[in-house]
Amino acid sequence: MSAVIDIRNLNTRFGENVVHDNVSLTVQPGEIFALVGGSGCGKSTMLRTIIQLLQPTSGSIRVFGREAVGLSDEEALPLRRRWGVMFERSALFGSLTVTENVSMVLREHTRLSARLIDEVAALKIALTGLPPDAGSKYPSELSGGMRKRAALARAIALDPELLFLDEPTAGLDPLSASGIDELVRSLRDALGLTIMMVTHDLDLLWRAADRVAVLGEGHILGVGTMEELSQSDHRVIREYFYGPRGRAAQEQAWKKK
Amino acid sequence: MSQVGWLLMISYPANHPPKNGLALVGKLLIKSLMEYAAETMTDEQIASLVIEPDTSPDTAAVKVRCAGAWIVQGIAPIEQRLEVISGLAEKDLVIDGTAITALDTSGAWLLHRVIDEMKQRGRNVTINGLRPEFGALMQLIASCTVAQKPPSAPEPGWLARLGQHSWQAMLGVSGMLAFVGECALALLRSLIQPRRIRWRPILHNLQTAGFEALPITGLLSFLMGVVISYQGADQLQRFGANIFIVDLVGLSMLRELSPLLTAIIVAGRSGSAYAAQIGTMKVTEEIDALRTIGIGPIELLVLPKMLALIIALPLLTLYADVTGVFGGMLMASSKLDVSFSVFIDRLGDAVSLSSFLTGIGKAPVFAVIIALVGCYQGFQASGSADSVGRQTTVSVVQSIFLVILADALFSVVFNWLEI
Repeated sequence: MSAVIDIRNLNTRFGENVVHDNVSLTVQPGEIFALVGGSGCGKSTMLRTIIQLLQPTSGSIRVFGREAVGLSDEEALPLRRRWGVMFERSALFGSLTVTENVSMVLREHTRLSARLIDEVAALKIALTGLPPDAGSKYPSELSGGMRKRAALARAIALDPELLFLDEPTAGLDPLSASGIDELVRSLRDALGLTIMMVTHDLDLLWRAADRVAVLGEGHILGVGTMEELSQSDHRVIREYFYGPRGRAAQEQAWKKK
Repeated sequence: MSQVGWLLMISYPANHPPKNGLALVGKLLIKSLMEYAAETMTDEQIASLVIEPDTSPDTAAVKVRCAGAWIVQGIAPIEQRLEVISGLAEKDLVIDGTAITALDTSGAWLLHRVIDEMKQRGRNVTINGLRPEFGALMQLIASCTVAQKPPSAPEPGWLARLGQHSWQAMLGVSGMLAFVGECALALLRSLIQPRRIRWRPILHNLQTAGFEALPITGLLSFLMGVVISYQGADQLQRFGANIFIVDLVGLSMLRELSPLLTAIIVAGRSGSAYAAQIGTMKVTEEIDALRTIGIGPIELLVLPKMLALIIALPLLTLYADVTGVFGGMLMASSKLDVSFSVFIDRLGDAVSLSSFLTGIGKAPVFAVIIALVGCYQGFQASGSADSVGRQTTVSVVQSIFLVILADALFSVVFNWLEI
């Protein structure tokens, strides 16, 4: 099977500032792929470039085998319909309830009846582990963890094949965060999704990620499973995974196994 | 799926049935186009449902053959056909899912819904031939507790609504009064301890609300002067009272129009900006941050704006006086042959000092109204971007309303005082 995302020689510059320097990456179907790295190393920029919110300076990004760089909004629509995005700060529409947030996507892109749309929206909300009464609430009435789940429900509204998660656990308490770990895994297993996420959360990496790429200084410093990366002798990677928090997360993960 | 198909799906949502005849024709046309679009899809991509003809009346089961991709983009036609099955309530159901090539949560939900409905009526339902991964998905769907649509609360009667609206209005008025009081206290504190006054934001506000408003205020006031002079010219010419154009333009501009016009422009320009700025700061918790740092939000955000506007608005009004009279003067010289020198000579007699001062004197009051309403509405924002927009609108409407109301009150009071 061909790669879901295939990035070749991606260069991104903002003025003098080089964010990505000849970066190449592939994401295979059905895997949970994580992009990590220090703050400001261009992880989120990479994500935004793949989902067509930013244009790279040069390079090629193929998603589902189709070139995604340089597409107009109209040409990108069929691609956009096949992926879902969960933003770091949820980006739920504040004037709509959670159910309306999910159902507006369905209303916009399908011809289903109003009844079925409501039911499917309620189903997505239930799939993300939100209590049934959350649907009628507004995003401002939800806690941070519930907002993340609601954002996830909107991201999977159209049953995408590919899901992008930007910092899915940022700003959550450990309990909610580990709930998200399990949610990510169970969604992948149940719906056969390919997931690409950007995260700082080492626990999430140990528990959910199949493969991890470490981004730093504009390059990919290493790609592999967490076990492989933790054996790496690259200085930045070692610092990243063997800082005090890294060790604790690793011990946790071993205990779990 | 073909481009036509996508286009139609987007442009014609099926959940808004057309109401009149013309729309019905449109619907039929679109329907046939849809069928065309459907035909151009390959068999694998179309979800299909075949209810096998009931050959023997003795068998108690209906056989249904499902095929194709049961995914969110393709199940809309299936939904209506499934209703038919629900109608056959007296029979058991056998579903053959061998030919289903793709199944997503929406498709699985549709299938689950039919099965659930039949089971609730006490019928037996069996599914054969579903791929194991689809079976797992069906189980996942079945295990989710999905919220039933809550019964919507009954609409309150007109009396209840009237009461709610009045109560809201009362709360608004009392909130505004409390805010005015708070600002007055903060102002007093600042006056007692003048070093608490923040000069930098005052200067900044003078620049943005005052200086940067000069072009638009000048232009509009100039045009207003031209219009008044133009309208008055015909009437005055009829009586040969050309020179009284000076009284008309001078008095109306200086006493009424330029203070009002300036206030309305500033309310639209700066009052809305105040509301939007403070509203956004409220939503992003910046106001709370100010409080925790120990800076009074009123002292930092409201007082400088108000003081700057109290200084800027009279100056802007004066500027509008000048440009307005200049506009009238131009028109008078071109239409009524009243030359500039004659006009200016006459202006001193036509407009008394008290008329000029009443015009300028209103401006600080309007300034206070605009600043307070804008800031108050900003503080009322809560939660979302939507509410910031709403409060900004309210602030402009309210401040213009209050400015005109205050202007009317001034007229009444000046009339009593015979100024």
